[in-house]
Amino acid sequence: MDHLPFLSILIFLPILTALLLALVPKNDDKGIREVALLCTVVNFVISLCVWAKFNPAASGYQFVEKHTWLEGYDVNYYLGIDGISLTMILLTTLLMPLCILASSHITERIKEYMVAFLVLEGVIIGVFAALDMVIFYAFFEGVLIPMYLIIGIWGGQNRIYAAYKFFLYTLAGSVLLLVALIYMYGVAHTTSIPALTQVIPHLSLNIQIWLWLALFASFAVKVPMWPFHTWLPDAHVQAPTAGSVILAGVLLKMGAYGFLRLSLPMLPLASHYFTPLVYTLSIIAIIYTSLVALVQTDMKKLIAYSSVAHMGFVTLAIFTFTQQGIDGAIFQMISHGVVSGALFLCVGVVYDRMHTREIKLFGGLTERMPKYALLFMIFTMGSVGLPSTSGFVGEFLTFMAAFQVNKIVAALATTGVILGAAYMLWLYRRVMFGELNKACAKITDLNRTETVSLSILAAFVIILGIYPEMVFQLTRVSVETLLTEVK
Amino acid sequence: MCSEISLLKPELILAGGSMFVLLTGVYMKNQALAIATSIRLSSLILLGSLISLVFLPHISQNIFNGLYRFDLFGIFVKAVLIFSGAITLIISSDYIEDKTNKFGFEYPILVLLSVLGMLIMVSANDLLTLYLGLELQSLSAYVLAAIKREDKNATEAAIKYFVLGALASGILLYGATLIYGYLGSTNFTNIALTLHGHAALSQGVIVGLVFVLIGFSFKLSAAPFHMWTPDVYEGVPTPVTAYFAIVPKLAAMALFIRLLVGGPFAGYANQWEQIVIAVSVISMVVGAFGGIWQSNIRRLLAYSSISNMGYALLGVVANSTDGIQATLVYFVIYIITSIALFAILLSLKSNQKLIEKIDDFKGLASRHPIVALVLSLLLFSMIGLPFPPFPGFFAKFFVFSAAINSGFYAVAVIGMITSIVAAYYYLRIIKIMYFDKADEHVRISLSAGKISLFVIFMISFLSLAIFIMPSTLLDPAYAAAFSLFK
Repeated sequence: MDHLPFLSILIFLPILTALLLALVPKNDDKGIREVALLCTVVNFVISLCVWAKFNPAASGYQFVEKHTWLEGYDVNYYLGIDGISLTMILLTTLLMPLCILASSHITERIKEYMVAFLVLEGVIIGVFAALDMVIFYAFFEGVLIPMYLIIGIWGGQNRIYAAYKFFLYTLAGSVLLLVALIYMYGVAHTTSIPALTQVIPHLSLNIQIWLWLALFASFAVKVPMWPFHTWLPDAHVQAPTAGSVILAGVLLKMGAYGFLRLSLPMLPLASHYFTPLVYTLSIIAIIYTSLVALVQTDMKKLIAYSSVAHMGFVTLAIFTFTQQGIDGAIFQMISHGVVSGALFLCVGVVYDRMHTREIKLFGGLTERMPKYALLFMIFTMGSVGLPSTSGFVGEFLTFMAAFQVNKIVAALATTGVILGAAYMLWLYRRVMFGELNKACAKITDLNRTETVSLSILAAFVIILGIYPEMVFQLTRVSVETLLTEVK
Repeated sequence: MCSEISLLKPELILAGGSMFVLLTGVYMKNQALAIATSIRLSSLILLGSLISLVFLPHISQNIFNGLYRFDLFGIFVKAVLIFSGAITLIISSDYIEDKTNKFGFEYPILVLLSVLGMLIMVSANDLLTLYLGLELQSLSAYVLAAIKREDKNATEAAIKYFVLGALASGILLYGATLIYGYLGSTNFTNIALTLHGHAALSQGVIVGLVFVLIGFSFKLSAAPFHMWTPDVYEGVPTPVTAYFAIVPKLAAMALFIRLLVGGPFAGYANQWEQIVIAVSVISMVVGAFGGIWQSNIRRLLAYSSISNMGYALLGVVANSTDGIQATLVYFVIYIITSIALFAILLSLKSNQKLIEKIDDFKGLASRHPIVALVLSLLLFSMIGLPFPPFPGFFAKFFVFSAAINSGFYAVAVIGMITSIVAAYYYLRIIKIMYFDKADEHVRISLSAGKISLFVIFMISFLSLAIFIMPSTLLDPAYAAAFSLFK
C-alpha cells in the first residue's frame, strides 16, 4: 500500500476510463453514465485515502513520484503534493461526481460528454500534483481541450463564440508562461519546481519583473482578474451546468494556485514589487464586478460575475504575504469552489425545468419548491459570507490580513461584502419570494439526485464554516514554508 | 577510410532504381498494371535506399574533391527525407491507382528523382552541387505539379509554380555567381579559407548571399517568398499537395543550415541573421493571419506550412547546436503530423470527391468519431498544446527554447503570439467537425484503404513513442546537429 503511485492513479484512472469508454462502440447511454459516475466516485475515495495517509505535520512534498522523461534535460515526470495541492485535489474529486450526476439533461453524444469530463478530471488533478514546470504547463494547457469541447458541443445558443473566446484567451495567457518557463530552464537547467524555487529567487529584480509578468499573464486570465475576466461570463453562460460548476469550482483555482506555487516562492522580489498592482486590480474586481453583478438579468451571469469578485478576495489575500492572508485565500478558494459550484447547480435545476435563466421570469418559487429554497438559501448565505458558513471564514481572514497590511485596501475590499450581500439577497428575493410567477406554476421540486448532490454541498458549506481547522491543519505547514520562501 | 563511392549508396540506389522503374513502365502495355508496378517498385527502392543509409558509417568526410559532404547531419536528414517520400507515396497510392484520376506511371519515378535531388542538396559542399541537386528536385517537382494534364486548375498552378520557381532558381544562381566572383571559389571549404581572418563580408558577397537566401526561402515557401504556395497547394491534385507539404521543405531547410550555421558563413552570423529573422517573423505572421480567411482546406494548410517554416527557422536564427537540433526535431514532428493529416485528407470523401472546403468536414464527428478524434488531436498538436499522442508541443518548445537561450526574446514572443492567432484556424476545423450540424445532402464518407489506415495508426503510435520517450528523437537530432560543428 505504501508504494502505490497514488497521484498517478488519481490522474490516469479517469483518463484511462475515458479512453476505454471512447473505444467501446456500443452506445449504451445508461451504462456510460454509470461507468463515469463510478470512476469519479472511486477517484474521490482514492483521494480520501491520500488525505488519510497525508502527514500534515511534515514539511515538503509527499507522495512524490519521479520518472525520467526528457533524458539529459532534467525534465521529469515529477509529481508530489503538499497541503495546498491536497485541498485542491480533494475539491476536484468532490465536485466531479456531482457534475456527472448533474448531467442528466444531456441527451446528445453522452459518450463524448463523459469522455471529456473524465479527461478533464485527470488533467486538473495533474495540474495540482505537478512538481515539474513542463508537466505543470502540459496539464495547465491540456485543460483547454476538453473544456473547449464541453462548451462548444453541449453549450447554449452562443456556445461557439464562447468556446473560442475561452480557448484563445487562456491560450494567449499561457504561452507567455511557456516563455518564462523556457527562460527559467535556461538559467537553472532544470524544470523541477522545488529546484527552481531554490535558484530563481536569486535573479535580479529586473529579470524577476519580466518573469513575474509572464506568469501573471497566464494566471490572471485563469483566475480571472479584472480586466482579463471578460471570457468568464460568456463561458459560464454558454457552458452546460456541469461545465459551469467545474469552471467556477476548480478551473479558476488553477490561476490562484499558480500564484501560490510558482509566482510567490520563485519570484519573491517581483511579487513584493507588484503588490500595489495586484491590490488595485483586486479591488477593482471586487467593487466593479459586484456592481456589474447587481444589474444582471441572467442568473448564471450574475453568479459568474460574483465569481470574479470572490476571486478578487483571493488574489488580494495571497498578496498580503501573511499567514492569515494565505490561509484565508486557500479557504476562500475551497469555499468558493463549493458555493459557486452549488449555485451553478441550483441555476441548472431551474433551467432544466423552465429553459430560461432570466430572473424576472421567476418568482415565488418557495411555494412550489421548498427543498430547493432551503438549499439555495444555504448557498446564498455561503456566498454572502454569513458567519458559520464557509464563506465567512475566508473573507474574515482576508480582511484581517488586509488590515494589517493596508487599511485603505481593506476598507475598500469590505464594501465588496456589502455589495455581495446586496446582489445575492436581491437575487434570492426575486427568484424565491414574492408572488408566484404564472410561468412557474407547474414547476416541480428537487428530485432525488438533485437533493443528494445539493445536500452534500450544503453540508460542506456548513461543516467548513463551523470547523475550518479541517482545512487549516492540512495547509498550515505548507503555508509557513511558503511564507519563509517569500520573505 | 571508406571508398568514396560506397558512401553514396542511397543516392545510387535511387538513381539506378528510378531508371529501372522507368524502363519497366515503358515496356508494360497495360496502363493500370504499369502504375501499380511502378508504385510498388518505387516504394521498395525507397525502402532499399533507406536501409542502405542506415548501414553507412558514422563519419565526417569531404568526398569527390570536396564537392560532397558526408556527415551525420546528412544521414539524419536523408533518412527523414526518404522515409517521408516513401510514406507520401504509400498514402497516395489509392488515389494514383484510381483510373479516373489519370495519373501516369511516371508519378512515382518523378518522386524518386525529386528525392534524389534532395539527397544531393543535403550533402552539397559546393554551390554547384547544391544547384544541381536543387534543379533536379525542382524540375521533378514542376512535372509532378503538372501531372494531371487535363485539369485546368492543376495546369495553371503548375505553370505558376514553374515560372516562379525558375525565377527563384535564377536569383539563386545569380547570387552564387556573385559569391564566386568575389571569393574566387564555389567550394564551401575554400570559401571558408578565403574568408578566414576577415572581420566582415564584402558588399558583393553580402548581395550574393542575400540572393542565395532568397532562392532558399522560395523553395522553403517562407514568406515573403511564399506567394506560390497557396495557389499551388490548392490547384494541384491532393497527393501532389501532400508531397509538396511534407517532403521538399526539409531539404531546403538543410541548405540554410549547410550554408549558414554549419558552413562557410558560420562566423558571420551578425551579417545574415537579420535576413533569417525577418524571413522567420514574416512567415510566422503571414502564415497565422493569412490562414484566417481561407475556406479551402489546402489553402489553409499552405498558410499553416508557411507559419511552420517560420517557427523552424527560429532554430537557424539561434545559430547553435541546440538550435539546429530544435529545427530538426521541429521538422520531424511537422512531417509526422503532416503525414497523418494528409493520410486522413486523402481517405475522406464528401459526396464521392476528396474534401476541398473546410465546411466539408461537417458531421465528421458523428459519422466517424475515431477519425474526427485523431484529426482534432492532430490539430491541437499543431496549435502546440502538450496533449498526447502527437508531440507538436515539443516541436515548439525546443525552437522557442533555442531562440530564448540565444537571447532572441522578441522573436520568440512574436512567435508565441502568432501561434495564438494560428490557433484560431485550427480550432475552426474542430469547430466545424464537432459543433456544426451536418448537412443532410452532403455525406462524408471514409474510403481509406487498409494501407492508409495502417499508416495513420503507425504514425500515431510513433508519435506516442516520441511523446513518452522524447530522447528517441532528441538524441539522434543532437548527434546530427553536433556533427555540423566538428
